[in-house]
Amino acid sequence: MVDLSTTLGNAWFPSPLFTASGCASSGKELAQFMDLREIGAVVTKSVMSKPRHGRPTPRMAETPSGMINSIGLQGPGIDAFLAHDLPWLVSQKARVIVSIAGETAEEYSMLARKVRSAPGISALEVNISCPNVENRGLVFACDPEASRRVIEGVRKTLGGELPIIAKLSPDVTDLVSIAKGVVDAGADGLALINTVLSMVINLETMRPHLGGKTGGLSGPAIRPIAVRAIFQVHEALPNVPILGMGGVSSGRDALELILAGAKGISIGTASFGDPAAIITIQNELIELLSARGFTSVAQAVGYAHRPLTESVERP
Amino acid sequence: MSTVNKSSERLIATVVSNKRVGQYHQILLSVGQIVSNCKPGNFIAIKVGGENSKMILRRAFAISRVSTAGPYSGSMELIVAPFGQGSKWLCSQNEGADIDVIAPLGTAFGIPTEPVRALLVGGGYGSAPLFGLAEVLKSRGCRVDMYLGASTGGKIYAPMEGKRSVNVLKIFTEDGSMGEKGRVTEPIPELITDGLVDVIYSCGPMPMLRAISEIVAGSDVVHQCAVEESMACGVGICMTCVLPINELDGNISMKRSCIDGPVMNGSLVAWDLVGKIPEAR
Repeated sequence: MVDLSTTLGNAWFPSPLFTASGCASSGKELAQFMDLREIGAVVTKSVMSKPRHGRPTPRMAETPSGMINSIGLQGPGIDAFLAHDLPWLVSQKARVIVSIAGETAEEYSMLARKVRSAPGISALEVNISCPNVENRGLVFACDPEASRRVIEGVRKTLGGELPIIAKLSPDVTDLVSIAKGVVDAGADGLALINTVLSMVINLETMRPHLGGKTGGLSGPAIRPIAVRAIFQVHEALPNVPILGMGGVSSGRDALELILAGAKGISIGTASFGDPAAIITIQNELIELLSARGFTSVAQAVGYAHRPLTESVERP
Repeated sequence: MSTVNKSSERLIATVVSNKRVGQYHQILLSVGQIVSNCKPGNFIAIKVGGENSKMILRRAFAISRVSTAGPYSGSMELIVAPFGQGSKWLCSQNEGADIDVIAPLGTAFGIPTEPVRALLVGGGYGSAPLFGLAEVLKSRGCRVDMYLGASTGGKIYAPMEGKRSVNVLKIFTEDGSMGEKGRVTEPIPELITDGLVDVIYSCGPMPMLRAISEIVAGSDVVHQCAVEESMACGVGICMTCVLPINELDGNISMKRSCIDGPVMNGSLVAWDLVGKIPEAR
Protein backbone atom coordinates (compact mmCIF):
# COMPACT_ATOMS: atom_id res chain seq x y z
CA MET A 1 0.00 0.00 0.00
CA VAL A 2 1.16 3.47 -0.84
CA ASP A 3 -0.05 6.41 1.24
CA LEU A 4 -1.10 8.91 -1.42
CA SER A 5 -2.10 11.70 0.95
CA THR A 6 -0.43 15.07 0.72
CA THR A 7 -0.64 18.55 2.16
CA LEU A 8 -0.37 22.05 0.75
CA GLY A 9 0.07 24.39 3.70
CA ASN A 10 -2.54 23.36 6.28
CA ALA A 11 -4.79 21.73 3.65
CA TRP A 12 -4.86 17.92 3.54
CA PHE A 13 -5.71 15.92 0.43
CA PRO A 14 -6.16 12.14 0.06
CA SER A 15 -4.39 12.16 -3.32
CA PRO A 16 -1.63 14.28 -4.85
CA LEU A 17 -3.48 14.50 -8.17
CA PHE A 18 -5.53 17.59 -8.94
CA THR A 19 -7.15 19.16 -11.94
CA ALA A 20 -5.32 22.20 -13.35
CA SER A 21 -7.06 25.54 -13.32
CA GLY A 22 -8.54 26.34 -16.71
CA CYS A 23 -8.58 22.68 -17.75
CA ALA A 24 -11.58 21.43 -15.83
CA SER A 25 -14.02 24.34 -15.93
CA SER A 26 -15.80 23.94 -12.58
CA GLY A 27 -15.67 20.16 -12.50
CA LYS A 28 -19.19 19.38 -13.69
CA GLU A 29 -18.21 18.12 -17.13
CA LEU A 30 -15.43 15.82 -15.87
CA ALA A 31 -17.83 14.31 -13.32
CA GLN A 32 -19.45 12.50 -16.26
CA PHE A 33 -16.21 10.52 -16.69
CA MET A 34 -14.84 10.14 -13.14
CA ASP A 35 -15.69 10.43 -9.45
CA LEU A 36 -14.41 13.83 -8.34
CA ARG A 37 -14.03 12.53 -4.76
CA GLU A 38 -11.27 10.15 -5.90
CA ILE A 39 -8.83 12.94 -6.77
CA GLY A 40 -6.99 15.39 -4.51
CA ALA A 41 -9.09 18.39 -5.44
CA VAL A 42 -10.72 20.21 -8.30
CA VAL A 43 -8.78 23.38 -9.04
CA THR A 44 -11.41 25.59 -10.66
CA LYS A 45 -10.90 27.86 -13.67
CA SER A 46 -9.44 31.21 -12.60
CA VAL A 47 -12.36 33.49 -11.89
CA MET A 48 -12.36 37.29 -12.04
CA SER A 49 -14.59 39.85 -10.36
CA LYS A 50 -16.89 40.32 -13.36
CA PRO A 51 -18.26 37.99 -16.08
CA ARG A 52 -15.84 37.89 -18.96
CA HIS A 53 -16.07 36.90 -22.63
CA GLY A 54 -12.38 36.11 -23.06
CA ARG A 55 -10.47 36.38 -26.30
CA PRO A 56 -11.76 35.99 -29.86
CA THR A 57 -11.63 32.67 -31.75
CA PRO A 58 -9.60 30.88 -32.99
CA ARG A 59 -8.48 30.18 -29.45
CA MET A 60 -6.46 27.03 -29.99
CA ALA A 61 -3.81 25.45 -32.17
CA GLU A 62 -2.38 21.98 -31.72
CA THR A 63 1.42 21.85 -31.81
CA PRO A 64 3.80 18.88 -31.67
CA SER A 65 3.04 17.16 -28.32
CA GLY A 66 1.22 20.24 -27.14
CA MET A 67 -1.24 22.97 -27.87
CA ILE A 68 -1.40 26.70 -27.52
CA ASN A 69 -4.50 28.38 -26.22
CA SER A 70 -5.71 31.91 -25.79
CA ILE A 71 -8.99 31.61 -23.92
CA GLY A 72 -8.46 34.86 -22.02
CA LEU A 73 -10.12 33.90 -18.73
CA GLN A 74 -13.67 33.58 -20.04
CA GLY A 75 -15.85 33.05 -16.99
CA PRO A 76 -19.00 33.82 -15.05
CA GLY A 77 -17.48 36.24 -12.54
CA ILE A 78 -16.97 35.58 -8.83
CA ASP A 79 -20.58 36.16 -7.73
CA ALA A 80 -22.09 33.63 -10.14
CA PHE A 81 -19.21 31.24 -9.39
CA LEU A 82 -19.84 31.37 -5.64
CA ALA A 83 -23.62 31.14 -6.12
CA HIS A 84 -23.67 28.18 -8.54
CA ASP A 85 -20.38 26.44 -9.34
CA LEU A 86 -18.85 26.18 -5.86
CA PRO A 87 -22.02 24.92 -4.10
CA TRP A 88 -22.35 22.20 -6.77
CA LEU A 89 -18.77 21.00 -6.16
CA VAL A 90 -19.35 21.04 -2.40
CA SER A 91 -22.59 19.08 -2.85
CA GLN A 92 -20.59 16.44 -4.75
CA LYS A 93 -18.20 16.21 -1.76
CA ALA A 94 -15.31 17.23 -4.02
CA ARG A 95 -12.44 19.09 -2.41
CA VAL A 96 -11.98 22.48 -4.03
CA ILE A 97 -9.11 24.85 -4.66
CA VAL A 98 -10.55 28.10 -5.98
CA SER A 99 -8.38 29.97 -8.47
CA ILE A 100 -8.69 33.74 -8.80
CA ALA A 101 -7.30 36.23 -11.30
CA GLY A 102 -7.46 40.01 -11.42
CA GLU A 103 -6.30 42.99 -13.40
CA THR A 104 -5.15 44.95 -10.36
CA ALA A 105 -3.85 44.09 -6.90
CA GLU A 106 -7.11 45.53 -5.52
CA GLU A 107 -9.20 43.17 -7.66
CA TYR A 108 -7.32 40.17 -6.19
CA SER A 109 -7.98 41.45 -2.66
CA MET A 110 -11.66 41.97 -3.43
CA LEU A 111 -11.88 38.41 -4.80
CA ALA A 112 -10.14 37.07 -1.69
CA ARG A 113 -12.68 38.88 0.50
CA LYS A 114 -15.57 37.20 -1.32
CA VAL A 115 -13.94 33.77 -1.22
CA ARG A 116 -13.10 34.10 2.50
CA SER A 117 -16.71 33.73 3.56
CA ALA A 118 -17.54 30.82 1.20
CA PRO A 119 -17.66 27.36 2.78
CA GLY A 120 -16.02 24.22 1.43
CA ILE A 121 -12.74 25.59 0.04
CA SER A 122 -9.44 23.84 0.82
CA ALA A 123 -7.08 26.47 -0.58
CA LEU A 124 -6.93 29.57 -2.77
CA GLU A 125 -4.85 29.61 -5.93
CA VAL A 126 -3.82 33.13 -6.87
CA ASN A 127 -3.19 33.07 -10.60
CA ILE A 128 -0.79 35.92 -11.22
CA SER A 129 0.60 34.42 -14.41
CA CYS A 130 -2.13 34.02 -17.03
CA PRO A 131 -0.43 34.86 -20.35
CA ASN A 132 -3.74 35.59 -22.10
CA VAL A 133 -4.56 39.04 -20.87
CA GLU A 134 -4.82 41.93 -23.28
CA ASN A 135 -1.70 43.57 -21.98
CA ARG A 136 1.27 41.35 -21.23
CA GLY A 137 2.39 44.06 -18.83
CA LEU A 138 -0.36 42.80 -16.54
CA VAL A 139 1.34 39.46 -15.97
CA PHE A 140 2.13 40.13 -12.34
CA ALA A 141 4.34 37.04 -12.04
CA CYS A 142 6.87 38.55 -14.46
CA ASP A 143 7.46 41.41 -12.03
CA PRO A 144 8.78 40.60 -8.52
CA GLU A 145 7.34 43.78 -7.00
CA ALA A 146 3.88 43.38 -8.56
CA SER A 147 3.74 39.69 -7.53
CA ARG A 148 4.59 40.58 -3.96
CA ARG A 149 1.98 43.35 -3.85
CA VAL A 150 -0.81 41.03 -5.05
CA ILE A 151 0.02 38.26 -2.58
CA GLU A 152 0.43 40.70 0.32
CA GLY A 153 -3.01 42.15 -0.40
CA VAL A 154 -4.64 38.72 -0.64
CA ARG A 155 -2.97 37.51 2.57
CA LYS A 156 -4.10 40.59 4.44
CA THR A 157 -7.70 40.24 3.28
CA LEU A 158 -7.89 36.50 3.71
CA GLY A 159 -6.59 36.29 7.27
CA GLY A 160 -4.44 33.38 8.38
CA GLU A 161 -6.54 30.27 7.76
CA LEU A 162 -6.88 29.42 4.06
CA PRO A 163 -3.62 28.43 2.33
CA ILE A 164 -2.58 30.68 -0.56
CA ILE A 165 -0.97 29.04 -3.58
CA ALA A 166 0.65 31.53 -5.95
CA LYS A 167 0.68 30.37 -9.58
CA LEU A 168 3.86 31.46 -11.31
CA SER A 169 5.04 31.81 -14.90
CA PRO A 170 8.14 30.07 -16.28
CA ASP A 171 8.64 33.05 -18.61
CA VAL A 172 11.01 34.89 -16.27
CA THR A 173 14.75 35.26 -15.92
CA ASP A 174 14.94 34.47 -12.22
CA LEU A 175 12.05 32.28 -11.07
CA VAL A 176 13.58 31.65 -7.64
CA SER A 177 13.63 35.34 -6.73
CA ILE A 178 9.96 35.70 -7.70
CA ALA A 179 9.11 32.57 -5.71
CA LYS A 180 10.95 33.92 -2.66
CA GLY A 181 9.16 37.24 -3.02
CA VAL A 182 5.67 35.77 -2.97
CA VAL A 183 6.50 33.43 -0.10
CA ASP A 184 7.79 36.40 1.92
CA ALA A 185 4.56 38.20 1.06
CA GLY A 186 2.47 35.39 2.54
CA ALA A 187 2.06 32.60 0.00
CA ASP A 188 1.93 29.15 1.64
CA GLY A 189 2.63 27.29 -1.58
CA LEU A 190 3.51 27.71 -5.25
CA ALA A 191 1.84 26.40 -8.39
CA LEU A 192 4.48 25.75 -11.07
CA ILE A 193 4.17 26.22 -14.02
CA ASN A 194 1.62 28.21 -15.97
CA THR A 195 1.68 27.90 -19.77
CA VAL A 196 4.60 29.21 -21.80
CA LEU A 197 4.00 32.28 -23.98
CA SER A 198 4.05 31.21 -27.62
CA MET A 199 2.70 31.75 -31.13
CA VAL A 200 1.65 29.81 -34.23
CA ILE A 201 1.49 31.41 -37.66
CA ASN A 202 -1.13 30.08 -40.06
CA LEU A 203 0.37 29.41 -43.49
CA GLU A 204 -3.01 29.88 -45.23
CA THR A 205 -3.54 33.39 -43.93
CA MET A 206 0.15 34.01 -43.24
CA ARG A 207 -0.85 35.74 -40.01
CA PRO A 208 -0.81 34.67 -36.35
CA HIS A 209 -3.32 31.82 -36.08
CA LEU A 210 -4.89 32.71 -32.74
CA GLY A 211 -7.44 35.51 -32.43
CA GLY A 212 -5.39 36.80 -29.52
CA LYS A 213 -2.16 36.39 -31.57
CA THR A 214 -0.13 34.93 -28.67
CA GLY A 215 -1.16 32.00 -26.51
CA GLY A 216 0.02 29.70 -23.76
CA LEU A 217 1.80 26.47 -24.69
CA SER A 218 0.82 23.41 -22.67
CA GLY A 219 1.10 19.64 -22.96
CA PRO A 220 4.05 17.21 -22.93
CA ALA A 221 6.12 19.71 -24.97
CA ILE A 222 6.62 21.88 -21.85
CA ARG A 223 7.13 19.12 -19.27
CA PRO A 224 10.93 19.48 -19.10
CA ILE A 225 10.47 23.20 -18.41
CA ALA A 226 8.17 22.32 -15.51
CA VAL A 227 10.66 19.79 -14.14
CA ARG A 228 13.44 22.38 -14.27
CA ALA A 229 11.30 25.09 -12.64
CA ILE A 230 10.14 22.81 -9.82
CA PHE A 231 13.67 21.48 -9.23
CA GLN A 232 15.16 24.99 -9.02
CA VAL A 233 12.49 26.34 -6.69
CA HIS A 234 12.46 23.27 -4.43
CA GLU A 235 16.24 23.48 -4.15
CA ALA A 236 16.03 27.11 -3.02
CA LEU A 237 12.88 26.77 -0.90
CA PRO A 238 12.74 23.13 0.26
CA ASN A 239 10.01 23.77 2.84
CA VAL A 240 7.57 25.51 0.52
CA PRO A 241 4.99 23.09 -0.93
CA ILE A 242 4.80 23.04 -4.72
CA LEU A 243 1.76 22.10 -6.78
CA GLY A 244 3.51 20.94 -9.95
CA MET A 245 2.07 20.93 -13.45
CA GLY A 246 3.14 21.12 -17.06
CA GLY A 247 2.42 18.38 -19.59
CA VAL A 248 1.92 15.54 -17.14
CA SER A 249 0.09 12.78 -18.99
CA SER A 250 1.18 9.57 -17.27
CA GLY A 251 2.13 8.23 -13.85
CA ARG A 252 5.73 8.37 -15.01
CA ASP A 253 5.44 12.11 -15.66
CA ALA A 254 3.74 12.71 -12.31
CA LEU A 255 6.52 10.86 -10.49
CA GLU A 256 9.13 12.91 -12.35
CA LEU A 257 7.63 16.17 -11.05
CA ILE A 258 7.30 14.71 -7.54
CA LEU A 259 10.98 13.69 -7.56
CA ALA A 260 11.81 17.25 -8.62
CA GLY A 261 10.00 18.56 -5.55
CA ALA A 262 6.25 18.75 -6.19
CA LYS A 263 3.88 17.70 -3.36
CA GLY A 264 0.89 17.75 -5.65
CA ILE A 265 0.40 17.37 -9.40
CA SER A 266 -2.19 19.10 -11.55
CA ILE A 267 -3.40 17.45 -14.74
CA GLY A 268 -4.46 19.90 -17.42
CA THR A 269 -4.07 19.32 -21.13
CA ALA A 270 -4.06 15.51 -20.68
CA SER A 271 -7.70 15.77 -19.59
CA PHE A 272 -8.58 17.24 -23.00
CA GLY A 273 -7.41 14.04 -24.68
CA ASP A 274 -8.85 11.77 -22.00
CA PRO A 275 -11.37 13.17 -19.52
CA ALA A 276 -10.54 10.36 -17.06
CA ALA A 277 -6.76 10.86 -17.39
CA ILE A 278 -6.35 11.84 -13.72
CA ILE A 279 -7.63 8.47 -12.51
CA THR A 280 -5.36 6.56 -14.93
CA ILE A 281 -2.36 8.64 -13.88
CA GLN A 282 -3.18 8.10 -10.21
CA ASN A 283 -3.22 4.33 -10.67
CA GLU A 284 0.04 4.38 -12.63
CA LEU A 285 1.68 6.55 -9.95
CA ILE A 286 0.76 4.07 -7.20
CA GLU A 287 2.40 1.26 -9.21
CA LEU A 288 5.57 3.27 -9.88
CA LEU A 289 5.98 4.41 -6.27
CA SER A 290 5.43 0.91 -5.01
CA ALA A 291 7.92 -0.59 -7.51
CA ARG A 292 10.57 1.82 -6.20
CA GLY A 293 9.93 0.93 -2.56
CA PHE A 294 8.18 4.15 -1.58
CA THR A 295 5.38 3.65 0.92
CA SER A 296 4.13 7.21 0.63
CA VAL A 297 4.12 10.08 -1.82
CA ALA A 298 5.76 12.22 0.85
CA GLN A 299 8.91 10.05 0.76
CA ALA A 300 9.35 10.70 -2.95
CA VAL A 301 8.90 14.48 -2.86
CA GLY A 302 12.19 16.08 -3.88
CA TYR A 303 13.98 12.71 -3.96
CA ALA A 304 15.98 13.84 -7.00
CA HIS A 305 17.76 16.37 -4.75
CA ARG A 306 19.47 13.87 -2.42
CA PRO A 307 23.29 13.90 -2.37
CA LEU A 308 25.15 11.74 -4.89
CA THR A 309 26.43 9.37 -2.20
CA GLU A 310 22.90 8.10 -1.65
CA SER A 311 22.36 7.48 -5.32
CA VAL A 312 21.88 3.73 -5.13
CA GLU A 313 19.88 3.65 -1.93
CA ARG A 314 16.14 3.37 -1.97
CA PRO A 315 13.76 4.21 0.82
CA MET B 1 -26.02 26.29 -18.62
CA SER B 2 -25.86 23.10 -20.63
CA THR B 3 -23.98 20.03 -19.58
CA VAL B 4 -22.03 17.36 -21.42
CA ASN B 5 -24.18 14.77 -23.26
CA LYS B 6 -25.36 12.46 -20.47
CA SER B 7 -25.08 9.39 -22.68
CA SER B 8 -21.45 9.95 -23.61
CA GLU B 9 -18.85 7.38 -22.69
CA ARG B 10 -15.34 6.45 -23.67
CA LEU B 11 -14.82 3.12 -25.38
CA ILE B 12 -12.73 1.22 -27.87
CA ALA B 13 -14.40 0.92 -31.27
CA THR B 14 -13.32 -1.37 -34.11
CA VAL B 15 -13.08 -0.37 -37.75
CA VAL B 16 -15.49 -2.58 -39.69
CA SER B 17 -14.82 -1.06 -43.08
CA ASN B 18 -13.08 1.92 -44.64
CA LYS B 19 -14.03 2.82 -48.21
CA ARG B 20 -13.09 5.74 -50.41
CA VAL B 21 -16.12 7.62 -51.70
CA GLY B 22 -15.09 10.46 -54.00
CA GLN B 23 -12.82 12.73 -51.99
CA TYR B 24 -14.01 11.24 -48.69
CA HIS B 25 -13.68 8.09 -46.65
CA GLN B 26 -16.76 6.25 -45.47
CA ILE B 27 -15.68 4.62 -42.21
CA LEU B 28 -17.88 2.13 -40.41
CA LEU B 29 -17.13 1.56 -36.71
CA SER B 30 -18.46 -1.18 -34.48
CA VAL B 31 -19.34 0.66 -31.27
CA GLY B 32 -21.87 -1.55 -29.48
CA GLN B 33 -24.97 -0.39 -27.70
CA ILE B 34 -24.12 3.32 -27.50
CA VAL B 35 -25.76 3.62 -30.95
CA SER B 36 -29.15 3.57 -29.23
CA ASN B 37 -28.20 6.90 -27.62
CA CYS B 38 -26.81 8.53 -30.78
CA LYS B 39 -29.08 11.09 -32.39
CA PRO B 40 -28.67 12.96 -35.71
CA GLY B 41 -26.40 15.94 -35.01
CA ASN B 42 -24.35 14.26 -32.28
CA PHE B 43 -20.62 13.88 -32.80
CA ILE B 44 -17.80 11.55 -31.82
CA ALA B 45 -14.34 12.51 -30.51
CA ILE B 46 -11.57 10.20 -31.70
CA LYS B 47 -8.04 9.81 -30.38
CA VAL B 48 -5.71 9.87 -33.37
CA GLY B 49 -2.13 8.90 -34.15
CA GLY B 50 -1.84 5.76 -32.02
CA GLU B 51 0.39 5.26 -28.96
CA ASN B 52 2.98 7.98 -28.30
CA SER B 53 1.56 10.23 -30.99
CA LYS B 54 2.58 13.85 -30.96
CA MET B 55 -1.08 14.64 -31.66
CA ILE B 56 -2.51 14.99 -28.17
CA LEU B 57 -6.03 16.19 -28.92
CA ARG B 58 -9.04 14.22 -30.09
CA ARG B 59 -10.65 14.97 -33.42
CA ALA B 60 -14.38 15.58 -33.63
CA PHE B 61 -16.48 14.06 -36.42
CA ALA B 62 -20.20 14.30 -37.06
CA ILE B 63 -21.91 10.94 -36.73
CA SER B 64 -23.32 10.23 -40.17
CA ARG B 65 -25.61 7.30 -39.40
CA VAL B 66 -26.00 4.54 -36.85
CA SER B 67 -27.46 1.08 -37.19
CA THR B 68 -28.43 -1.64 -34.74
CA ALA B 69 -28.98 -4.13 -37.55
CA GLY B 70 -26.40 -6.35 -39.24
CA PRO B 71 -23.69 -8.61 -37.84
CA TYR B 72 -22.44 -5.90 -35.41
CA SER B 73 -24.43 -5.18 -32.29
CA GLY B 74 -24.21 -1.48 -33.13
CA SER B 75 -22.39 0.33 -35.89
CA MET B 76 -21.72 3.94 -36.71
CA GLU B 77 -20.81 5.54 -40.02
CA LEU B 78 -18.48 8.53 -40.36
CA ILE B 79 -17.69 10.51 -43.50
CA VAL B 80 -14.16 11.83 -43.18
CA ALA B 81 -12.23 14.22 -45.41
CA PRO B 82 -8.51 13.37 -45.19
CA PHE B 83 -7.54 17.01 -44.74
CA GLY B 84 -5.40 17.36 -41.61
CA GLN B 85 -2.91 15.03 -39.93
CA GLY B 86 -5.57 13.56 -37.63
CA SER B 87 -8.18 12.82 -40.27
CA LYS B 88 -5.49 11.39 -42.56
CA TRP B 89 -4.51 9.01 -39.78
CA LEU B 90 -8.12 7.94 -39.31
CA CYS B 91 -8.56 7.41 -43.06
CA SER B 92 -5.46 5.18 -43.05
CA GLN B 93 -6.93 2.79 -40.48
CA ASN B 94 -7.75 -0.64 -41.84
CA GLU B 95 -10.51 -3.08 -41.05
CA GLY B 96 -10.00 -4.51 -37.57
CA ALA B 97 -8.15 -1.51 -36.13
CA ASP B 98 -9.12 -0.51 -32.59
CA ILE B 99 -9.90 3.15 -32.03
CA ASP B 100 -10.34 5.10 -28.78
CA VAL B 101 -13.55 7.13 -28.98
CA ILE B 102 -15.91 9.21 -26.84
CA ALA B 103 -19.52 9.31 -28.03
CA PRO B 104 -22.17 10.46 -28.38
CA LEU B 105 -21.31 14.10 -27.72
CA GLY B 106 -23.11 17.39 -28.19
CA THR B 107 -26.66 18.39 -28.96
CA ALA B 108 -28.89 16.81 -31.61
CA PHE B 109 -31.17 18.22 -34.28
CA GLY B 110 -34.61 18.89 -32.82
CA ILE B 111 -37.25 16.62 -34.33
CA PRO B 112 -40.67 18.24 -34.72
CA THR B 113 -43.62 16.51 -33.07
CA GLU B 114 -45.89 17.36 -36.04
CA PRO B 115 -45.09 16.47 -39.67
CA VAL B 116 -43.41 19.52 -41.23
CA ARG B 117 -41.87 20.45 -44.55
CA ALA B 118 -38.15 20.18 -43.90
CA LEU B 119 -35.29 21.41 -46.04
CA LEU B 120 -31.92 19.84 -45.33
CA VAL B 121 -28.94 21.86 -46.60
CA GLY B 122 -25.47 20.36 -46.65
CA GLY B 123 -22.17 21.88 -47.69
CA GLY B 124 -19.41 19.46 -48.76
CA TYR B 125 -19.16 16.49 -46.42
CA GLY B 126 -21.47 18.43 -44.09
CA SER B 127 -24.20 16.43 -45.79
CA ALA B 128 -23.10 13.31 -43.88
CA PRO B 129 -25.32 13.68 -40.77
CA LEU B 130 -28.25 14.89 -42.88
CA PHE B 131 -28.99 11.43 -44.32
CA GLY B 132 -29.52 9.95 -40.85
CA LEU B 133 -31.65 12.98 -40.00
CA ALA B 134 -33.67 12.52 -43.18
CA GLU B 135 -34.54 8.95 -42.17
CA VAL B 136 -35.81 10.12 -38.77
CA LEU B 137 -37.83 13.01 -40.26
CA LYS B 138 -39.31 10.74 -42.93
CA SER B 139 -40.40 8.24 -40.28
CA ARG B 140 -42.27 11.09 -38.57
CA GLY B 141 -44.19 11.86 -41.73
CA CYS B 142 -42.21 14.96 -42.72
CA ARG B 143 -41.64 16.03 -46.28
CA VAL B 144 -37.86 16.03 -46.68
CA ASP B 145 -36.07 17.98 -49.41
CA MET B 146 -32.30 17.99 -49.51
CA TYR B 147 -30.03 20.51 -51.19
CA LEU B 148 -26.34 19.74 -51.29
CA GLY B 149 -23.64 22.12 -52.41
CA ALA B 150 -19.89 22.25 -52.85
CA SER B 151 -17.28 24.08 -54.88
CA THR B 152 -16.95 21.11 -57.22
CA GLY B 153 -18.62 17.74 -57.88
CA GLY B 154 -15.87 15.70 -56.21
CA LYS B 155 -16.72 17.33 -52.89
CA ILE B 156 -20.40 16.36 -52.96
CA TYR B 157 -21.28 13.48 -50.67
CA ALA B 158 -24.58 11.89 -51.70
CA PRO B 159 -24.75 8.10 -51.34
CA MET B 160 -27.31 6.22 -53.44
CA GLU B 161 -28.99 4.58 -50.43
CA GLY B 162 -29.34 7.96 -48.71
CA LYS B 163 -31.66 9.21 -51.43
CA ARG B 164 -34.44 6.86 -50.37
CA SER B 165 -35.42 9.01 -47.39
CA VAL B 166 -35.58 12.19 -49.43
CA ASN B 167 -38.44 13.55 -51.55
CA VAL B 168 -36.27 15.85 -53.64
CA LEU B 169 -32.48 15.89 -53.83
CA LYS B 170 -30.82 18.79 -55.62
CA ILE B 171 -27.11 19.28 -56.08
CA PHE B 172 -25.36 22.60 -56.66
CA THR B 173 -21.71 23.15 -57.53
CA GLU B 174 -19.99 26.46 -57.96
CA ASP B 175 -18.07 25.24 -61.01
CA GLY B 176 -21.12 23.50 -62.51
CA SER B 177 -19.33 20.12 -62.63
CA MET B 178 -22.31 18.39 -60.99
CA GLY B 179 -25.98 19.32 -60.67
CA GLU B 180 -26.91 22.97 -61.09
CA LYS B 181 -24.28 25.66 -61.29
CA GLY B 182 -24.42 28.03 -58.34
CA ARG B 183 -24.56 28.12 -54.58
CA VAL B 184 -26.77 25.85 -52.53
CA THR B 185 -28.25 28.86 -50.72
CA GLU B 186 -29.47 30.62 -53.88
CA PRO B 187 -32.90 28.91 -54.26
CA ILE B 188 -33.80 29.19 -50.54
CA PRO B 189 -35.33 32.72 -50.55
CA GLU B 190 -37.91 31.68 -53.14
CA LEU B 191 -38.86 28.54 -51.18
CA ILE B 192 -39.48 30.73 -48.14
CA THR B 193 -41.47 33.34 -50.08
CA ASP B 194 -43.62 30.59 -51.59
CA GLY B 195 -44.19 29.12 -48.12
CA LEU B 196 -42.78 25.72 -49.10
CA VAL B 197 -40.58 25.15 -46.03
CA ASP B 198 -41.16 25.16 -42.25
CA VAL B 199 -37.77 24.06 -40.89
CA ILE B 200 -34.27 24.24 -42.36
CA TYR B 201 -31.61 21.90 -41.04
CA SER B 202 -28.09 22.74 -42.12
CA CYS B 203 -24.59 21.40 -41.75
CA GLY B 204 -21.49 22.66 -43.49
CA PRO B 205 -19.04 25.57 -43.53
CA MET B 206 -19.78 28.53 -41.25
CA PRO B 207 -20.29 31.04 -44.14
CA MET B 208 -23.07 28.81 -45.51
CA LEU B 209 -24.75 28.55 -42.09
CA ARG B 210 -24.53 32.30 -41.69
CA ALA B 211 -26.00 32.90 -45.17
CA ILE B 212 -28.98 30.65 -44.38
CA SER B 213 -29.52 32.42 -41.04
CA GLU B 214 -29.64 35.74 -42.87
CA ILE B 215 -32.07 34.37 -45.46
CA VAL B 216 -34.54 33.04 -42.86
CA ALA B 217 -34.33 36.18 -40.68
CA GLY B 218 -37.75 37.85 -40.53
CA SER B 219 -39.61 34.73 -41.68
CA ASP B 220 -41.29 32.04 -39.57
CA VAL B 221 -38.85 29.41 -40.79
CA VAL B 222 -36.86 27.73 -38.03
CA HIS B 223 -33.17 27.22 -38.78
CA GLN B 224 -31.23 24.55 -36.91
CA CYS B 225 -27.58 24.50 -37.88
CA ALA B 226 -24.72 22.21 -36.87
CA VAL B 227 -21.76 24.55 -36.37
CA GLU B 228 -18.11 23.83 -36.96
CA GLU B 229 -15.56 25.33 -34.55
CA SER B 230 -12.21 23.82 -33.74
CA MET B 231 -12.26 22.00 -30.41
CA ALA B 232 -9.55 20.80 -28.08
CA CYS B 233 -11.55 18.59 -25.72
CA GLY B 234 -15.10 18.08 -27.04
CA VAL B 235 -16.44 17.73 -23.48
CA GLY B 236 -16.80 21.33 -22.38
CA ILE B 237 -13.66 21.90 -20.31
CA CYS B 238 -11.29 23.82 -22.59
CA MET B 239 -13.49 26.80 -23.66
CA THR B 240 -11.90 26.75 -27.12
CA CYS B 241 -14.91 26.22 -29.39
CA VAL B 242 -17.06 29.14 -28.24
CA LEU B 243 -19.54 31.09 -30.37
CA PRO B 244 -21.28 34.35 -29.50
CA ILE B 245 -24.96 33.63 -28.81
CA ASN B 246 -27.69 36.24 -28.32
CA GLU B 247 -29.47 35.69 -25.01
CA LEU B 248 -33.12 36.57 -24.44
CA ASP B 249 -32.09 39.35 -22.04
CA GLY B 250 -30.14 41.11 -24.79
CA ASN B 251 -26.73 39.99 -23.57
CA ILE B 252 -24.31 37.89 -25.55
CA SER B 253 -22.80 34.71 -24.12
CA MET B 254 -19.83 32.83 -25.46
CA LYS B 255 -21.31 29.31 -25.68
CA ARG B 256 -19.34 26.12 -26.21
CA SER B 257 -20.20 24.47 -29.52
CA CYS B 258 -19.24 21.08 -28.03
CA ILE B 259 -21.94 21.02 -25.35
CA ASP B 260 -24.33 23.87 -26.25
CA GLY B 261 -23.91 22.71 -29.86
CA PRO B 262 -23.01 21.58 -32.41
CA VAL B 263 -26.71 21.97 -33.27
CA MET B 264 -27.76 25.51 -32.49
CA ASN B 265 -30.66 27.78 -33.31
CA GLY B 266 -29.22 29.74 -36.23
CA SER B 267 -31.22 32.85 -35.36
CA LEU B 268 -29.53 33.08 -31.96
CA VAL B 269 -25.94 32.96 -33.23
CA ALA B 270 -24.43 36.47 -33.39
CA TRP B 271 -22.79 35.70 -36.74
CA ASP B 272 -21.27 39.15 -37.14
CA LEU B 273 -19.39 38.68 -33.86
CA VAL B 274 -17.86 35.26 -34.64
CA GLY B 275 -14.11 35.68 -34.26
CA LYS B 276 -14.52 38.93 -32.32
CA ILE B 277 -14.98 39.88 -28.69
CA PRO B 278 -18.48 41.10 -27.81
CA GLU B 279 -18.81 44.32 -25.79
CA ALA B 280 -18.20 43.72 -22.11
CA ARG B 281 -21.36 42.90 -20.21
